Amino acid sequence: MEYPKFTKEMKATHTILIPQMAPIHFGLLKNVFLQAGYRVQVLANQGPSVVATGLKYVHNDTCYPALLVIGQMIDALASGNYDLEHTALMITQTGGGCRASNYIHLLRKALVKAGYGNIPVVSLNFSGLEKDSGFAMTLPMLRKMVAAVFYGDELMLLANQIRPYENRPGDADHLVQYWTTILSEDFAAGHGIARREMAANFDRIAHSFAHIRTTRVPKVKVGVVGEIYVKYSPLGNNRLEQFLAGEDCEVTVPGLLGFLLYCVANTSETIRLYGGSNVLRFGAEKLLDWFAVREHDMINAIGNYPELRAPAAFSETMECADGMIGYGNKMGEGWLLTAEMVELQQHGVDNIVCAQPFGCLPNHICGKGMMNKIRAAYPDANIVAIDYDPSATRVNQENRIKLMLSMAKEKLRNQPADPWQSKPASEYSDPLPLRGFAGTVAAK
Amino acid sequence: MKIGLDIGSTTIKCVVLDNNDCIVYQSYERHYSHIVEKSAALVRKLHETLGDSHAVLGISGSAGMGFANACELPFVQEVFATRVAASRFSPDTDVIIELGGEDAKILFLTGGMDVRMNGSCAGGTGAFIDQMATLLKLSADEMNEAALHSEKRYTIASRCGVFAKTDVQPLLNQGAKKEDIAASIYAAVVNQTIAGLAQGRPIEGNVMYLGGPITFLSALKNSFDEALGLTGTLPQNSLYYVALGAALYSDKAFDLDDVAEKLEHYSAAADFVCNPPLFANDAEYENFRARHAKATVPTGTLADARGALDIGIDAGSTTVKLAALDEAGRLVYQSYQPNSGNPVPLVKAVLEDLYRQRPDLVVRSATATGYGEEIIKNAFSLDYGVVETVAHFTAAKHFLPEVDFVIDIGGQDMKCFKVDHGAISDIYLNEACSSGCGSFLQTFAEALGVSVPEFAKLGLFAKRPVDLGSRCTVFMNSSVKQAQKDGASIEDISAGLSLSVVKNALYKVIRTTSPEDLGRNIVVQGGTFYNEAVLRAFEQEMGVEVIRPAIAGLMGAYGAALYGGARAAQQGKSTRSSLLSAADLAAFTHQAKSFTCNGCGNHCQLTLNEFTGGRRFISGNRCEKPLKTGVSQEPLNMFAYKRSLLAAYQPVSGPRGKIGLPMGLNMYELLPFWHTFFTRLGFEVVTSPASNRALYLSGQGTIPSDTVCFPAKLMHGHIAALAARDDVPVIFYPCMSYNIDEDLGDNHYNCPVVAYYPEVIAANCRCIASKTFIGDYIGIHYPKVFPHKMTNVLTKYFTGISLAEVKTAAKAAYAEYDAYLARIRAKGTEMIDEARRRNMPILVVAGRPYHLDEETGHGIDQLICSHGAALISEDAVYDRAGKVEVNVLNQWTYHSRLYAAASYVATQPDMNLVQLVSFGCGVDAVTTDEVKEILHRGGKIYTQLKIDEITNLGAVNIRLRSLLAAIGR
Repeated sequence: MEYPKFTKEMKATHTILIPQMAPIHFGLLKNVFLQAGYRVQVLANQGPSVVATGLKYVHNDTCYPALLVIGQMIDALASGNYDLEHTALMITQTGGGCRASNYIHLLRKALVKAGYGNIPVVSLNFSGLEKDSGFAMTLPMLRKMVAAVFYGDELMLLANQIRPYENRPGDADHLVQYWTTILSEDFAAGHGIARREMAANFDRIAHSFAHIRTTRVPKVKVGVVGEIYVKYSPLGNNRLEQFLAGEDCEVTVPGLLGFLLYCVANTSETIRLYGGSNVLRFGAEKLLDWFAVREHDMINAIGNYPELRAPAAFSETMECADGMIGYGNKMGEGWLLTAEMVELQQHGVDNIVCAQPFGCLPNHICGKGMMNKIRAAYPDANIVAIDYDPSATRVNQENRIKLMLSMAKEKLRNQPADPWQSKPASEYSDPLPLRGFAGTVAAK
Repeated sequence: MKIGLDIGSTTIKCVVLDNNDCIVYQSYERHYSHIVEKSAALVRKLHETLGDSHAVLGISGSAGMGFANACELPFVQEVFATRVAASRFSPDTDVIIELGGEDAKILFLTGGMDVRMNGSCAGGTGAFIDQMATLLKLSADEMNEAALHSEKRYTIASRCGVFAKTDVQPLLNQGAKKEDIAASIYAAVVNQTIAGLAQGRPIEGNVMYLGGPITFLSALKNSFDEALGLTGTLPQNSLYYVALGAALYSDKAFDLDDVAEKLEHYSAAADFVCNPPLFANDAEYENFRARHAKATVPTGTLADARGALDIGIDAGSTTVKLAALDEAGRLVYQSYQPNSGNPVPLVKAVLEDLYRQRPDLVVRSATATGYGEEIIKNAFSLDYGVVETVAHFTAAKHFLPEVDFVIDIGGQDMKCFKVDHGAISDIYLNEACSSGCGSFLQTFAEALGVSVPEFAKLGLFAKRPVDLGSRCTVFMNSSVKQAQKDGASIEDISAGLSLSVVKNALYKVIRTTSPEDLGRNIVVQGGTFYNEAVLRAFEQEMGVEVIRPAIAGLMGAYGAALYGGARAAQQGKSTRSSLLSAADLAAFTHQAKSFTCNGCGNHCQLTLNEFTGGRRFISGNRCEKPLKTGVSQEPLNMFAYKRSLLAAYQPVSGPRGKIGLPMGLNMYELLPFWHTFFTRLGFEVVTSPASNRALYLSGQGTIPSDTVCFPAKLMHGHIAALAARDDVPVIFYPCMSYNIDEDLGDNHYNCPVVAYYPEVIAANCRCIASKTFIGDYIGIHYPKVFPHKMTNVLTKYFTGISLAEVKTAAKAAYAEYDAYLARIRAKGTEMIDEARRRNMPILVVAGRPYHLDEETGHGIDQLICSHGAALISEDAVYDRAGKVEVNVLNQWTYHSRLYAAASYVATQPDMNLVQLVSFGCGVDAVTTDEVKEILHRGGKIYTQLKIDEITNLGAVNIRLRSLLAAIGR
């Protein structure tokens, strides 16, 4: 099938619509695209018409993320808010053995069916697929995107840590907004990308979150893992994080960086297992090292503040899979999902929601398939697998999550409290050194 | 005083405890979905009864969650509540099994607390048992009583209510005894609960049963005891444990009148997603009615019927219909009645009525169609049988000669077909999981306590039809509950359900997006379209005006009569039917006996029906063997040939001892490779036995994901079988991300399940603990690298295997693999030539290598051959096409073969393709549309057969017969 290409000229004339996934990260990434001259817009439309549109144009047995993302895009095109002569769409393509690699093709088929066959689709991938596109990934852009993933992870992690305990509701979210603006300004000026600059930013971000006044009380800690879209996207998971927050939990969501590095590590592992180019393998390992140095900076920056808890390094997460599942398991979230569940167990987060689309193929193995093994190794593990699909009702999902939470709450009452949660928060008296920050934190 | 309310999916249970935790009050009632109102009334009543307005109150139950939160009442999750109550009242319990209306739960209390609850699938629960009882036309008690007197068990799919229904219905139609079916249903529920929830953890010690179904149904309890091999206890108050837990858990006291007021206030507060109303005003409705009133047929009375009659009988899944046409084509007699399970006595009564009204009745032809076609045809000595798609098409064409598209929604199934140049060009049948049909509306109408016509009428003028999505019935249950909770009225729900039936048909079954796809002239029929709300919803959703014949529900019978008439006319003017005469009818008797056929490994459960005059009819068979009709020519069955090839790989004793290979998934294709490889290395290669039901059940308890495809589930049984062999110390089942690169696609992956299922086996099957399990990641796609990597792997487990040895063995293995494929291709050529010589239709059955498995394929291959077609598998022809340009990422080896095979078939005038798809196969959601497109481009009909644990071949048969009828066979 001949499909319209995104040409170089379109960069100036077309608005590119991007589906929402991880809100904090995408806020930063959007600005990176804008600065590179691409007129992007992250889609915010939701509601039943998104699902209905997806059901109409996508094979109903296809995974839920495809259905939602494609539904969201076509719903947006049909909304009348866009000049259809000058609109393009962007979708990620992973290129792995999971059917997710097919999303772009399903999108193109759906567009033709819906009468939008003239809308060009841009593939965002790092596997060299669709090389003939007019969308060119330049090195500065790539570096900014990588930095955005780091910053997004730090902001998401710290906001999740602080939000449940903040004295003034909204402090953590204000800081996220503040940093999204500041970091984007940095990017625009070509800053915040070099290792030294990133390290400084990591520290400033950590410092600002440590300043938020909190009241530490014992709360149930819940880790959210699973298929990448459903895990992060509030549209995909029926606002899972919000629900858990409403149940008075502290939510931990492993970062996006882990998934990125997992993909890099798989390149190397595949060659180790089956043969292939040693140069490529060497390159992948060097790339991992490059990331590890910066990740180390971030972990150190956070670790300097006793008010905050630093995340585990990717290499540590990777070790968690050892003896649980093979590193050759590389489709979908693969061994990373198992590793994340184990890591949460090791870090005192016994309670886990494993979110996946109904019938998710890789998760039969690395998610549901590994739970018994994890429970055997960590008897305190309290894991619930939740399937998401267009008609799975929220009440059903929430009931199962509540069961998991009941067990967690009971344990919370009978167990010695988490030392972090029982420690009184330290009080900073110095004002926050934030330039131009208008939020509530600096006002004290 | 403490009050506990358990608000479940179908009932409200209430207990009141005094200060010593003794029960002073309890009640149990169905809420018919009036959840909030009933709860409020109950709280007010409690105040009156107890004479005290102040009490501690706790709420539990799936339906109570929403309003408990909104009204700030303490809520405790129901499984947790059960645990609270159990530790107070039955402290020595080890395991609790609780069945509720829509939930099933297992609680492990000792040896590592664990709580399991069914996922988003509510199959095998109380609601399911109720549904089955309705199907059997029994009350729940009667069904229990029947089950206590059973003699044998049938296999009924236990995963999903709708699946089970498709198993039960044919059993009923074939005359199986209700006693046996009832017991089989309970066994299926037990299976589902144990397999689905325990997931490998043994259920032992003191087992306690809770919940309505087990409390009320003694046969169900017996069935659990039997399956678990122990005697569980049913405690006093087994219905009230959740309510008890809620009472004990709460520590907050309330004023009951305040609570009642809050609840009453809540009723009006919530909101739900809705669609526009079906009719804006009365005038619109009147126009609509007037338009549809025009679609009638000429009718007459039996008394003034002229000439010999053509009779059509449609023995459908839920109704039996009869139509009689006279010489002038007038409809002179019609009958439409619910099928109470066995269609034989119904048809007998109707025929008797015909003879009574016209003792001088002359019949030219009598034709049967529908699920019960065979039994009716045999019982009453009818002349013809016609597959239901053809019957419906014949009727629709008579109505509207230029018809482009026919949609028939019946009680249980949905048949849609596209018509091109006067012949059926495409067939869409609902798959076993999405029966959004008439019986679905009926179930909901009954649950809400109104008759079906009343229920339909309610929906017509609903202000805000609820948006309920378009998925399966079980999900729909919870959607309806949720909508009700959010304040949707019965009217809104009725209209919403009608819309969802339509959406299901359009988007799930037909998979269309615009009216243009269906053509301009659409005929809608089937009993469900008598429902004006459904009819209107259809027109509204598609934006077209359609023809709904006045005899919409009778079209199958009408079409059968027309078909029979046409056939008889060909025979000559004076043709008379062989239909039983009035006298024969008076003497008519029918006896059904069931037995197991041992003709082959399928071990079909057969039912032998014997009628007066020595007429016999055997049902339940998948092949011709038990009928002893004697097939004159050797069938051309590639599946059988491939099985014989694989069976030739026998163990050869060797110095390194035995190594076991599980015969499932990709091992089906790689056996020649691994057998040769290990035999050369001096191992004795043994395989797991052929699959059957018992083998599946033996591994069922270790399946961690109940939505994975059936071939993967079956793997657990194969592993268990190998593990049970003391003489096999090693099991070899490697992970393989990649398959062999055949240059047919952009990559050569295995699907995630095939690639990594060994990980699931290693993590969940404890039976392999004493074995050496080799589940390493191995690639055979680089023949040069393979020996090196494989030597490293083998060295981990064995000593003294050298690279040189491995190299030699690998070389032989690759050669054998190629030779195996070459043999299949050569045989394919031979069979195709032979089929052409015999002038047989050629069906290329395209699926996965492991669909060859007899438990997975359910004997579909024999069925195809029994229709006189030659069966060729996709691997015999895919090399004839080469790489195909497709619109999707073509990156899985097995799937690339499908595209290649399809594009080859598209060029062959005498070939057609049938795609086998495992239920739950996510990858096939991508391939099916693509294969279909390839076939359509070549002007071919696309036929898909979905296969699962399900054993019923009725739907499969309809598809195959329709396909063969459409291609003129």
